[in-house]
Amino acid sequence: MKALKISKSPDDAIKDLLSSLFEKQKIKGVFSLCYDQDYFYGFVTDKNLLNKLTPTAPVMPANGGKMLSRLTMLEPIQTPIVVVLRPCELRALYELVKLEQANIENLIFISFICPGVLSLKEIKGNIEEKVANVNQKQGLRECCRFCENFVPENADLILPIIDGENNNKTTIFIKTERGEELLQGIENNLVEEDFDSATLSSIREERTRYKEKTWQNIKTENFGIPGLIDIFGRCINCHACGRACPICYCNLCYFDSASNDTGPRVYEEELERRGALRLPSGTIFYHIGRMIHISLSCVGCGMCSDVCPISIPVGTVFTKIAEATQGLFNYVPGRDLEEKIPISTFKIKEFDELGEA
Amino acid sequence: MEEKEFLPRIIGFLCKWCSYAGADLAGVSRLKMPATLIPIRVMCSSRVDPLFILAALLRGADAVLVAGCHPGDCHYQTGNYYTRRRIALLEKIFDQLGIETDRLRLAWISASEGSRFRDVITKFTQQIKEKGPNPIKKEIFL
Repeated sequence: MKALKISKSPDDAIKDLLSSLFEKQKIKGVFSLCYDQDYFYGFVTDKNLLNKLTPTAPVMPANGGKMLSRLTMLEPIQTPIVVVLRPCELRALYELVKLEQANIENLIFISFICPGVLSLKEIKGNIEEKVANVNQKQGLRECCRFCENFVPENADLILPIIDGENNNKTTIFIKTERGEELLQGIENNLVEEDFDSATLSSIREERTRYKEKTWQNIKTENFGIPGLIDIFGRCINCHACGRACPICYCNLCYFDSASNDTGPRVYEEELERRGALRLPSGTIFYHIGRMIHISLSCVGCGMCSDVCPISIPVGTVFTKIAEATQGLFNYVPGRDLEEKIPISTFKIKEFDELGEA
Repeated sequence: MEEKEFLPRIIGFLCKWCSYAGADLAGVSRLKMPATLIPIRVMCSSRVDPLFILAALLRGADAVLVAGCHPGDCHYQTGNYYTRRRIALLEKIFDQLGIETDRLRLAWISASEGSRFRDVITKFTQQIKEKGPNPIKKEIFL
């Protein structure tokens, strides 16, 4: 793979590159994580505001894939822009394209091998130290700690893992022809280099171990209804997990609609049957319903766990279920735009035993 | 007092073109079968949102039957292939959450298979009788 060496910190390297791209009028804007009093996603077209960018800070204030879907759902962005996203955000964006909720025309992707992001409650006051020590795993999202898909597959330019240690040297790997085109006439000193596969596999092994341990602890297959009540019973029905989820795209959610209200029609029936009713009702229905709706496309970004006001490990349960349902169809969300979401397609010969009972 | 025999309540989603007609045929042929099915006619088995099945089970149905045309015979060409994937998906999720998957059944029954309809209902009822009532009914504060 061709690569570009820059003796600067990753953030500065990206900002310098963007600044030259602006000057040569190769791009008209950039979509990236920014910092101005707080972290947020910004769509920046003024070159003088590039200093607000913090593209690689280990923070995910919202899933960037979902934010881009809001911008591009009706029509693609008309001029080329650079988009800096984490691998899971990029995969979410790909799923949203398949769901006809986003357009990626004119978007050039920069991504990086992801060390994970800090839990949102860690993001207050001075977080510089936490950012620098992100490889110590302190305050990381649980979903990040067992994420095995941390190498971006579909980006044009890829940076190696950013762990606060390589502050003065950055390598930018050029993954696609489009990425090479972008750099033409800007940087000529390309070298031939590959990812450090030893580091990658040691990270992967560590995360797989952590995942197995987590799965062992949570044991969803032993839940049954009592287990589900145990974990989702305290859900306050705020639906923040769905709101934050990149895949849960419906503006009018069924679970927020009047058909899902606990009106007299519902409560009288329930009272007749059980003699009592838990409120808020339908929390288990909501969570299993969401698993049905989104587990095939779940990218494991962990937004749901992070926004849960009562700290239900939603993402941990969901990623486990998602691994099983995706495995059923040998499907990897966000891998390839041509690969259809399993329930939107079928094979004539499959699941032969179903229906023959 | 003699304890009443447990008679399961099975919610059945029957496709209009095949399975509902099959059930009709079983009826007009006066085939004997347990009165456990509560039939709901749908235009196609793929009209059955997995949420319907989930709602039925959470609200205390002892079992759910989804029935449609045999693969290849769907009135809308391919509807039942989608149904099959959805049921496979739902079973996988139930399995992962420790919810019994044998309270859910998919069956292909054509309009001419009145006797197959009877057999499916009889067998399914027998199996659910052996399993007993849906334990969800015992959870008061669900």
